[in-house]
Amino acid sequence: MSKINELFNGKIHAINVGIEFFKDDIIKQNANASHLDWKPPGGGKPELINALDRLENTAVADKIAGANKLAVERIINSQPMLVGFDQAINVVPGMTKTTILHAGPPITWDKMCGAMKGAVTGAIVFEGLAKDIEEAEQVAASGAITFSPCHEHNCVGSMAGVTSASMFMHVVKNKTYGNVAYTNLSEQMAKILRMGANDESVIARLNWMRDVLGPMLRDAMKIAGEIDLRLMLAQALHMGDECHNRNNAGTSLLIQALTPYILETDFTKEQKREVFDFVASSDYFSGPTWMAMCKCALDAAHGIENSTIVTTMARNGVEFGIRVSGMAGNTWFTGPAQKVVGPMFAGYKPEDSGLDIGDSAITETYGIGGFAMAAAPAIVALVGGTVEEAIGFSTTMKEITTAENPNVTIPLLDFQGVATGIDIRQVIQTGILPIINTAIAHKDAGIGMIGAGITYPPMVAFEKALLAVTETIS
Amino acid sequence: MSTKVVIKQSTYFDSVSLMSLSTKANQIEGVEQAVIAMGTDMNKEVLKNVGLLTPELEAAKTSDLMIVVKAATVELCESALIAIEELFKKKGGSKSATEIKYSTIDSAVASIPEANLAVISVNGAFAAREARKALENDLHVMLFSDNVSIEEEIALKQFAHEKGLLMMGPDCGTAIIGNVALCFGNAVRKGSIGIVGASGTGSQEVSVRIHDFGGGITQLIGTGGRDLSEQVGGIMMLDGIKALEEDEATKVIVLISKPPAPSVQEKVLAQVKNSKKPVVVYFIGGDEAAVVQAGGHFAKTSKEAAIKAVVLAGANEDELNKRALNWPLIEEVRAKLTPEQKYVRGLFCGGTLCDEAMYLAMEKYEDVYSNIQKKADYKLKNIHESKAHTYLDMGDDDFTNGKPHPMIDPSSRIARFLEEAKDPSVGVILMDFILGFGSHEDPVGVMLPAIIEAKDQAAKEGRHLEILGYVLGTDLDTPNFDEQVKKLMDAGVTIASSSTNAGLLAREFVAKGE
Repeated sequence: MSKINELFNGKIHAINVGIEFFKDDIIKQNANASHLDWKPPGGGKPELINALDRLENTAVADKIAGANKLAVERIINSQPMLVGFDQAINVVPGMTKTTILHAGPPITWDKMCGAMKGAVTGAIVFEGLAKDIEEAEQVAASGAITFSPCHEHNCVGSMAGVTSASMFMHVVKNKTYGNVAYTNLSEQMAKILRMGANDESVIARLNWMRDVLGPMLRDAMKIAGEIDLRLMLAQALHMGDECHNRNNAGTSLLIQALTPYILETDFTKEQKREVFDFVASSDYFSGPTWMAMCKCALDAAHGIENSTIVTTMARNGVEFGIRVSGMAGNTWFTGPAQKVVGPMFAGYKPEDSGLDIGDSAITETYGIGGFAMAAAPAIVALVGGTVEEAIGFSTTMKEITTAENPNVTIPLLDFQGVATGIDIRQVIQTGILPIINTAIAHKDAGIGMIGAGITYPPMVAFEKALLAVTETIS
Repeated sequence: MSTKVVIKQSTYFDSVSLMSLSTKANQIEGVEQAVIAMGTDMNKEVLKNVGLLTPELEAAKTSDLMIVVKAATVELCESALIAIEELFKKKGGSKSATEIKYSTIDSAVASIPEANLAVISVNGAFAAREARKALENDLHVMLFSDNVSIEEEIALKQFAHEKGLLMMGPDCGTAIIGNVALCFGNAVRKGSIGIVGASGTGSQEVSVRIHDFGGGITQLIGTGGRDLSEQVGGIMMLDGIKALEEDEATKVIVLISKPPAPSVQEKVLAQVKNSKKPVVVYFIGGDEAAVVQAGGHFAKTSKEAAIKAVVLAGANEDELNKRALNWPLIEEVRAKLTPEQKYVRGLFCGGTLCDEAMYLAMEKYEDVYSNIQKKADYKLKNIHESKAHTYLDMGDDDFTNGKPHPMIDPSSRIARFLEEAKDPSVGVILMDFILGFGSHEDPVGVMLPAIIEAKDQAAKEGRHLEILGYVLGTDLDTPNFDEQVKKLMDAGVTIASSSTNAGLLAREFVAKGE
């Protein structure tokens, strides 16, 4: 029987694109119809539609499909292991005593936002390169400091992402592909360097982290050898974390794994007690750990010719930048950083907020954080949503991703894997932007965290990426 | 007895899901025993107790997933392992209360494998792209959107033809597939008559008349208005005829179109000639001889097309109420009109309804003007000013041009109606009211105040204004047919029983000296 005659004799199930009441009329006649949540592709811009069309040419589309399959396989199969902690100067590629790494795409001192400037000057004082914040500002402006994005040094940095030579770093090694990723340690609390605070209490804490916490973790991991972070992440998601804004479970699992080895180190009981109190002081302790885990997996998928998979989403408080696998190296596509909308700490108003900042969107790039909101119903209030919306976010993200990660699953969605492998073509096609859960830093230097919420990348970053990728591939 | 072991290294699942998976795995046909569990000491103990612990499993780590299957043969074990892999995959797509929203045809089809048709009504600039995506996904397409270029139309139809899919449109407003009306359509009985129509309201009219005469429809395939042009070459109509030929339920085929390009008419009639089923051909203003020569049944009007179709499908012609023209009524109206009231003004929502009435007027009068006239001399230069007999297709691009269709937004027709009603040379104003799926919820109601106002004004001026209404719909349609007709009659509007009769009544009302 021909396909047309099959249609005549079968039951109609229509996909309705456009006028919604056509769907209602079909359903009234006892047939099935599904209405698409359709928007004009590329926002209706002819150059973007033209680019999508070019990428849909069969030969080109096949090349991309093959490359993306490989990229997503590498993300999914990556097995990032925590293998140690060490000072940045010892492990981070390209690190010098006068280098300061920051979050997001490249930016110069004069263009940095308040929170980043606060963090940079704090770090300069911490490294002994200036005696106080005032002098640190002069040093920062003098050209004596090399500023560079964390992402260009196999690192990620939460919020301002400011990382300097003597800070202790997580060392996360990809057991499958061999690459290594780094990130510094959580400072816990709100009034902290990464949020732009830089007073004496902040510097004192950084000193203690350098002198006690860091070395203790380093020594503990020397005994532990390695900790499977992907496995731990999967467990944390089953325990109600989305591992960006909620880290209660992940932090418990991580410290549970580290504790026996911490006990075996040569530090005093008092120092150990200080460390445990510090970890217990905030659930965020493992937040950076998951960032490094995600970075490790995504770096393994970067630089695959013809791939349209996003391997980086990062913000510096002024610009939002993405990198795409098929554009090897440090090719950034940027647009303005957006506002973060969500609940604020008492005493602060939306106009106090700085714009979206930090490398933590690496978690969404991997498929957790905002993408895994359905795993963390406990925090939907924190991000200003309902449980249903949380589920909606997680399912909607499948519209712009390539695969589901079978290693990291969401119980509430019948154990579907997290949406993995953001494809810039699908973002432009659907007009759906990746959702990001994140913290809000004060817009001015020296204050710190004032809230948390959700935000989105600027579409223009994806538009630029699509046009560039089209020129490269087709 | 055979046992197979699979160990997935560093793969975490919580124990509750694994217990549930194990239960399902044990239900797979041929499985003697299946265990799916993490490699914990406790689970190894369980395996040991049932005699399934192997050295390989013994070596599994806590972080490893163990899958063990015991069955009668190696083959059964292997097929069970494949089935277990499916269990791990079969997680999505559960029908939860919250409706999942898809953004693209690709993602919708991936999740709804039973989808078989796309109804596309997005802006014309994006419509061809969506239609192509639908065809690529093996969906038949109803493309309601207009403003799709003829090059795109040809490419889509050729692609659909190669894939054996329907490509109805662009600019296709009507279809009935498997008794489901799509976009604009009427609720008609299921029957044995199949229609392929290039004219939207023409197809609606014939389907409604067939219903009225007691017949029914198998399928109504819309082709879009340009299908029978030289360039497109009737791809969809030819495929449509073929599909109805092969459709067992279809006994009679009806073709509806404005006059096709000569070369295309030749192709279509050649296919009619080869048809084993009777084919009624209604090409508005078309050539009878060519149709008869091809062995087709020529219909001059939409009503005649419906009558021929139901008779060919087995109805007894003598028992049909053919709704003959009401001559006493015509005489009565003629008597009411002054000698100056010479002209018909037709204000139509339905393009084919306009066309049919206009062709019937042209049989009798020379000075018949329209925005859709083929004869250049009688094509209105200023569409906003009527001349002599004027028949306006107000759904045509000339009038809509970015504004909603008069079926949805009646304001432009109301304004024009009030203008025409003031003209002392006007004898009759003819209007259509289209019911059914996609229509306005009360097309008569929105026109009624203007009708009453015009009637009052004419009465004050001491002249009779004849308003002739035609309601296109069936007794099964929404809004209710009888109620719509009653509202018109209560306002003093004369009702025509068909598009054909509407055209005939209008031209006869204003005839002088007969």
